Amino acid sequence: MSGAALPIWVLASSLLPAMIIFLLPEQTRALRTSVNLAAAVLKIVLVALMTWRVAQGQLTEVRFEMFPGVDFVLRADALACLFAGLSALLWFTTTVYAIGYLEGAPNRSRFFGFFSMCVASTMGIALAGNLITFLLFYELLTLSTYPLVVHRGTAKALAAGRVYLTYTIGGGAVLLLGVALLYGVAGDVEFQPNGALGGVSEDAWPLLRIVFGVMIAGLGVKAALIPLHGWLPRAMVAPAPVSALLHAVAVVKAGAFGIVRLVYDVYGVDLARQLSVLLPLTIAASATIVWGSLRALWQDDLKRRLAYSTISQVSYIALGVSLFGPIGTVGALVHLLHQGIMKVTLFYCAGNYAETLGVHKISELDGAGKRMPLTSAAFTIGAFGMIGVPPLAGFVSKWYLGLGALDAELPWVLVVLVISSVLNAAYFLPIIVRLWFVPRSEPWPEEQPLTGRWETSRWLLFPTVATAFFTVAAGVLASFPFSPLQWAILIARREYLP
Amino acid sequence: MMSDALRAALIPLVIVVPLCWAVLCLVQPRRSPSLLVVPGLLLWMVVSLALCWDVATTGVSMHVLGGWREPLGIALRADGLAAGMALLTALIAAACGGYRLLTPPTADDPTAQRWFWPLFFMLGASLNAVWLAADLFNMYVGLELLGLSAVGLVAVSGSDNAVSAALRYLLAALLGSLAYLLGVALLYASYGTLALSGLAELVTHNTTTHVAFALITIGLCLKTALFPLHGWLPPAHGVALSPVSALLSALVVKASFVMLLRIWFSGGVGLLSPPMAQLLGVLGAGAILWGGWQALNHPDLKSLVAHSTVAQIGYLFVAIPLLASGASPGLAWDGLMLQITSHALAKSAMFLASGTLIVAVGSSRVEDLRGVNRHMPLALFAFGLAGVSLMGLPPSGGFSAKWLLLQTALAGGQWHWVATLLGGGLLTAGYVFRVFRASFENSSDDRFDHTPLGWDVLALLLAGASILLGLAGSAPLGLLRTGASIPGLIP
Amino acid sequence: MSIDLWYAMIGGLLFALAFGAFMAHTHLLRRLLAFNIMGTGCFLLLVGLSQHGRGPDPVPQALVLTGIVVAVASTALALVLLRRWFAATGQTTLPEDTHA
Repeated sequence: MSGAALPIWVLASSLLPAMIIFLLPEQTRALRTSVNLAAAVLKIVLVALMTWRVAQGQLTEVRFEMFPGVDFVLRADALACLFAGLSALLWFTTTVYAIGYLEGAPNRSRFFGFFSMCVASTMGIALAGNLITFLLFYELLTLSTYPLVVHRGTAKALAAGRVYLTYTIGGGAVLLLGVALLYGVAGDVEFQPNGALGGVSEDAWPLLRIVFGVMIAGLGVKAALIPLHGWLPRAMVAPAPVSALLHAVAVVKAGAFGIVRLVYDVYGVDLARQLSVLLPLTIAASATIVWGSLRALWQDDLKRRLAYSTISQVSYIALGVSLFGPIGTVGALVHLLHQGIMKVTLFYCAGNYAETLGVHKISELDGAGKRMPLTSAAFTIGAFGMIGVPPLAGFVSKWYLGLGALDAELPWVLVVLVISSVLNAAYFLPIIVRLWFVPRSEPWPEEQPLTGRWETSRWLLFPTVATAFFTVAAGVLASFPFSPLQWAILIARREYLP
Repeated sequence: MMSDALRAALIPLVIVVPLCWAVLCLVQPRRSPSLLVVPGLLLWMVVSLALCWDVATTGVSMHVLGGWREPLGIALRADGLAAGMALLTALIAAACGGYRLLTPPTADDPTAQRWFWPLFFMLGASLNAVWLAADLFNMYVGLELLGLSAVGLVAVSGSDNAVSAALRYLLAALLGSLAYLLGVALLYASYGTLALSGLAELVTHNTTTHVAFALITIGLCLKTALFPLHGWLPPAHGVALSPVSALLSALVVKASFVMLLRIWFSGGVGLLSPPMAQLLGVLGAGAILWGGWQALNHPDLKSLVAHSTVAQIGYLFVAIPLLASGASPGLAWDGLMLQITSHALAKSAMFLASGTLIVAVGSSRVEDLRGVNRHMPLALFAFGLAGVSLMGLPPSGGFSAKWLLLQTALAGGQWHWVATLLGGGLLTAGYVFRVFRASFENSSDDRFDHTPLGWDVLALLLAGASILLGLAGSAPLGLLRTGASIPGLIP
Repeated sequence: MSIDLWYAMIGGLLFALAFGAFMAHTHLLRRLLAFNIMGTGCFLLLVGLSQHGRGPDPVPQALVLTGIVVAVASTALALVLLRRWFAATGQTTLPEDTHA
């Protein structure tokens, strides 16, 4: 196996299992579980190998011609490794979690098949080497997540699926228009540090501005920038592992990652600054951050509060990107990873409460800390991380974003960050207070009997604890090599110092 | 290496092989037709492959049947388009024929058992005759035979609805071919030749020529079911047996379209004025909207797919103004070719999958698909893959086609076609996901019949081929460009 | 005006008249008759227009012969279907046309 072909293997390590799982009969639980876990572990190994190669600076690329003038390109660069690493890690924990969560539920083969396809699409998005390949996997992601959103088959789920599709297919069409326009100007656009549009003459600048707007609109649907976020709270009807994956890695992140690629590797920061297209993005991201946090305050449903929190938190990435400057870049990239780890923890916890105690609403969580201490501790860590308490992961990203704002001489962005952190605290702290300090006065809505020595199924608990541990580790160990922060600094260095 | 004699025989063989089997199946009806049919399908495939190979390696070739020269003889011309379409025909016919062979024989009445195979092979022979025809009159003969066998195949399922749909189809087809014949008569009177190559050198702008081309165009548009002349198509494609619907939607409507292409761009060079091309494009846009809208709302699954054909034919006509504008003819031609081929593969897959679903559910209504997802994952998967291609999502032939057409429209600054292409994709997504939405709905009852696994496999193969066309489109496009006569196109 | 052109003009006239009848009638047998007359008009036109005073031209005659064969075959198929339709439903028009 040649190392340059690693991207294909990374992709295949979730596409092939998807095909195998589709074909497995419903009742072959043990075999399906083994295939799932083996593939997830294999993927982590492959991504690690790939990251090693990239750190060494070796070219890791696969390409062939799809049709005249258009190539299919998979290329591992540092940014790709960042996103692929996040996906591989969280896919593993989420697979474990989903196996426990769907214990005894119908249609598991279908679920895990599309689950794997969803991860394959995310990998493709991470590794795409040009805009068309990116678009290809971006659309594949839409198709493979739809069955997951409507998995329960209830009227509510189907209605949510419809909204989801309307937004994402529409967004895909807008993105296609943008990509096609750009192709008309600059040919087959391949991602490269400092942008691929350097050679475009100044006559085309007005068009490039329009294209930037069109593409941000197309990507903004998945990234849930306001006013394109309407699908996200509704998609909460999906099973908890799906929500976790959608929020932490797959859909929302795909949009955010697309924005990162667009600014850095298509336009390039210099051109983007000359076109002055970044300030509108800063404003849109800031508005989304504040507005999402405000909406989160009023939600009593735990998953919906988390959903609005995602809308707010993912826009930190767009914000960091739009700040233009190496420090803002580091903040954005590191938040891409940190937000994923923290948010996935919170969603696992929400799922644990729902599965174990039948609790869906925040007002019903009183005293859950005593009944489920580990889950509640994990939730607390995730929430503190989101607020930005040192030394957790969220602190690191907010610190760099703040520095980046000062560096970019946009002090009002600092105000946005502070307001957002206050709001984060305002909607997370009451939950934590309820968990630990408000005594329980009535029985749980639907408590499952305790079956082992743990507070809930091991399959549910271990991933939760693991990601909570990552949240701490990413913050505490931020200065170690290959930590998210160091990797983000590596990317920023390659971006700004060619 | 092929001997010259064999090479010379290849072109007629592509027509003669299915024709022979049509006769064989007519005189030798059997209870289990596999023994007779399978060798025929295989031989047909081999001959078509060989023809493609020959054209790809040595270029365009001509054949004059029986040594009779034009104008009285029958001249056949195998260019890339003809060879490619012949191969496509053989592939789709093999899949549809296989589907039919796997159908339990008790499922329908004796009419279908008696007449299906002769008409099926006749349809194949006449399709190939149309692809290979080098002059207007042979095209006419091929088209007539095609129309008659297609009508027969629609009627063969025997239901009252099928008979009335077949009659309506026949009347439309007859009217279309008479308009065409009248146009041909006028052209012959003016120029004294019927060969496309001969016409190309002679045609001038005058009233008779314009009337002749208008008549030909209207007649062929009627046969292609271009909006608003499409009324006959949904009932005929909706009630026919599933493999028949697949053949009709995938190939038969394309035959008259390919004739139109040849006549405008090989015979009547320069006669297609820009306003005329735009008008055809507008009708195509109308077809996309109207067909898409009908498909969104029709309660019946196969009618949904049939209306989708009306919409997809619209894309073919939207490509006409792009092709005629000459901005980047190579891109437009490639896009059009991909649209023709990927739609053929995807739509036949979709009809076969729909037929399987209908048998499994025991009802043809979309809403009765509730819960079918759990029991028919493969059929739905095939339907979905085909849908991906029709929606124009990557990676698929449909996407590549849409992409190439978009690029042409953008290059020429024709923004209205950009909007049409993008909007049409959204409508398509709407009706494809209508089916999926229904299939994901919860349903407790287990009322599904079993269907042969081979049905799913065939539909999957066709759908997979339409996806593959998006990932490896360069080689087929290279073949289809061979000998294409588009102004400004470097072959 | 030559006799050939007369043929052609009468052919055109027949075609137009029969086309009108084809569109106007809903009774299937009448439409079929109209189609046959249209065909005849077309053939007349084809033969009439193509005489160039250089003796008989074999091409239009071959075309017309083929055309006639095709027309007869089509008519036969249409008659079979029409009889089936009539036997099954007692109708002589297509369902969508009855209330038009």
